[in-house]
Amino acid sequence: MKKWRFFGGIHPAYNKDMACSQATVEMPLPRELVVYLSQNLGAPSKPVVKKGDTVKKGQLIGEAGGFVSTPVHAPASGVITALEKRPSPLGDDMTAAVIEPDGLDEWAEGCNVERSCEGLDAGRIKNLIHDGGVVGMGGATFPTHVKLSPPEGKKIDLLIINGAECEPYLTADHRLMLERPADVLEGASLIAKAIGVTEVVVAVEKNKPDAIAAMKESIKGRGGFSVVPMDVIYPQGAEKQLIYALSGRKVPAGGLPMDIGVLVQNVGTAAASFDAVRFNRPLIRRIVTVTGRGVRKPGNVMARIGTRFADLVEFCGGYYEDTGKIINGGPMMGIAQPSLEAALMKGTSGLVLLRGGEVGQYVGDPCIRCGRCLEACPMHLNPSAISIFTERMRFEDAAQFNVMDCIECGCCAYVCPSRRPMVHHMRRAKAEIRGKSKKTG
Amino acid sequence: MLTAVIALGALALVAAFGLAVAARAFAVETDPRIELVEAALPGANCGACGYPGCSGLAKAIVEGKVEIGACPAGGDGVAEAVSKIMGVSYRGGGERMVAMVLCGGSDQVAGKRFLYNGVRDCSSAALIFGGDKNCRYGCLGLGTCVGICPFGAMIMLPGGLARVDPVKCTGCGKCVDACPKKIIKMVPARRAVHILCSSHDKGAVAKKACAKACIACGKCVKTAPQGAIKIEDFLAVVNYDVEIPEETAGECPMNTIVVRKEGTSDTGFLDSVAAAGGDAI
Repeated sequence: MKKWRFFGGIHPAYNKDMACSQATVEMPLPRELVVYLSQNLGAPSKPVVKKGDTVKKGQLIGEAGGFVSTPVHAPASGVITALEKRPSPLGDDMTAAVIEPDGLDEWAEGCNVERSCEGLDAGRIKNLIHDGGVVGMGGATFPTHVKLSPPEGKKIDLLIINGAECEPYLTADHRLMLERPADVLEGASLIAKAIGVTEVVVAVEKNKPDAIAAMKESIKGRGGFSVVPMDVIYPQGAEKQLIYALSGRKVPAGGLPMDIGVLVQNVGTAAASFDAVRFNRPLIRRIVTVTGRGVRKPGNVMARIGTRFADLVEFCGGYYEDTGKIINGGPMMGIAQPSLEAALMKGTSGLVLLRGGEVGQYVGDPCIRCGRCLEACPMHLNPSAISIFTERMRFEDAAQFNVMDCIECGCCAYVCPSRRPMVHHMRRAKAEIRGKSKKTG
Repeated sequence: MLTAVIALGALALVAAFGLAVAARAFAVETDPRIELVEAALPGANCGACGYPGCSGLAKAIVEGKVEIGACPAGGDGVAEAVSKIMGVSYRGGGERMVAMVLCGGSDQVAGKRFLYNGVRDCSSAALIFGGDKNCRYGCLGLGTCVGICPFGAMIMLPGGLARVDPVKCTGCGKCVDACPKKIIKMVPARRAVHILCSSHDKGAVAKKACAKACIACGKCVKTAPQGAIKIEDFLAVVNYDVEIPEETAGECPMNTIVVRKEGTSDTGFLDSVAAAGGDAI
C-alpha cells in the first residue's frame, strides 16, 4: 500500500517499554466509583437515577442529552450514594453519580447476553453502539454513533482502525491489539457494515511488531481488511495526519474526515463497539496504562469507568515519594493533575507518573524566531506568530493565522529552544476566539 | 546654477498652485470643536466609553451621539471642560465609581494547590483547573489587570493580590473585563466598608481554602443597618446604596470586612501597603 509522509512531526523518547510487555490485569472493584455524567465531547448526559437508588451493572444512569451525546451506565452493581459535583481530570468540577459497589457485580437484565450479528442492518448496529454509550476511546471521546451517521450525500469509502498509539508511554491500545485482536476486527467489521464500507485499514506504528503480527494473523480470511505498519513519528495517530499518511487525502480546514470519505476509529472504540453489539455490554470499563518512573509497578489495568486515580495508582503499587507530576493521558497531550481526586473516564487512556528529577520548571523566554516550530507543526501553522499574537492579546490576528486548526499535539512546544509554553498559548487563543464567537452569535 | 534655481522655483510655484486649488476643491468640513474636545479628554485611549479611542468619542460628543459626560475615565472634571466647549450646561453625573478587588486571600492566607508553570497571565492560568489558588474564586496574582490598567492605578502586592489605588482609578472598568475570575467590581468611591471575598463555597470549604474567607456566618448582616449586607449563595455582599458604619468591620470573625477611605492619597496608599507588610486593602 502506498503511504504518504505528513509534514512536520517529532521523535520524542517513547518510553513504552515500561508497560508494553505487561499483560492487562483486571482491577478488583474499588470502594467507590465516580461516574461523571459528561463522558463525551458534546452535550452531557441527563441523570435518570437519584441518590439512594440501587443499580445493577450496565444499568442506564444517564441518558443522552442530545444527538451529540451518549448514555452513561453503572460500571458495577451497588447504591448511588451521591449525585454531586466532583473534581474531574479535565479541569472544572463535573456532576457525577457516586456509586458504592455492593461487591456482587450483578449485570442488569438484558445486558451481557450474546446476540448473533449476522442479520443486523446498519441502523440497528448504529443504535446498539449508541445505546452502549460508545465514544472515541483514543482520548477525544467524540460519540461514535455520530461519526457513523454521515449526512445525506457524503459517501465514506475507507475505514481506518487507528492502532498507531503514537503518544509516548501509553500502551493500552498495544495490549488490546495483542490480547483481543479478533474482537477489534469484529468491531471494525460491524462499524464497516454500519457505514457500508468494504475497505478497512488497520494502522499500527512499527514500534509494535508483536501487535502488527497479531493483527495480521487475525485478518486472515477477511476480505477487504489490511494491516499497515506505519512509520514511527509523532503525531502519526492524529486523525488528520493518519488519513493523509494512508490515503494522501487532506481534511479541509474546519472540515471533518467524512468530507473526504474517510472514517477513523480507535482500536479501543472498535472493541467497545463489538462488546456493545455482540454481548449488549455497555462501555463500563477500559484498559488504562498506569506508567512512568514514578509508579512502583507500571502496567496495563482493566478498570471500571469511575475508578478514582488514587485507587488506580494504589493498585499499581503506589507512587514513589519524589513523584513530581501526574498526567492524565500521555506526556504530549495529557493534562497534569493537581491531585489524584479525579476518576477514570471513557477517554482516559493512561496515567503517567514522572519523578521529580524528570520534571522541568521553565519560564518561557521570548521567541527568537528560529522557525523550528514551523518545521514541526503537522498542521502547517505558524505557532511562533500565533503565540506572539496571543501574548499581545491580538486574538483576531491569531484567528487569521488559523489557530482554530491547531490540534494541540505539542510538537511546537517540544522543539522550542526558548521553552515557550506554546500549547498553552494556542489554547488561550482558541478559548478567546470561541468565547467571542459565542457572544456575537 | 541659475537655471536650476529658476526651474525648481517654477516647479514649486506650479505645485503650490495645484495644492492650493486642491485644498479648496476637496476641502473636508470638520467641526473645530472635535479637536478641542479631544484635547479636553484624558487622552489615554482606554476604550472604556465604547469607542476605540479619545478622538472617536470626541467626534461622537460633538455630533451629539452621546452625552457630555460619556467619558467614564474623565469624571466630572472632564465633563465640565467638554460642556464649556460645547456651550451646554453640565449638571454633574452619577457618583464616582472606582474598581475594587474583592479578594483578601494573599499567598500567606490562601496558599496554592499545585505548582503552576505556565504562561504568566491570569486568563491563561484560569484555563488550567481554574488556577492554582486553593480557593477557586480567588485572585490568581499574575497581574493581568495591573498590566491592562491605562492609568497605572493598580499594583500587585508581594503576596500575589491585585489592589486598586482609589485616587488614581478613573473607573474605566478595563480591569473588571480583564479579570478571568470576575472578582473586580465597581464600587462607589465614597463608600468605605467592603467585604473582600468572592467565594461562594460553603463556610467550611471556604475557611479551609483561605483564612480570610467569608464563611457566611451572617454576623455582619445583623450588625449592619437593615438591607446593607445580605448573604447570596454563601457570600456576604454589600449593598452600596446603604451606608455601613465602620464598626461593622470589627465584627467579622474572619477579618474579611475592611475599611478603605476615599481620600487615601496616592502616596498614602502605597505607604499603607508598606506599613501593613504588603497586606493592604
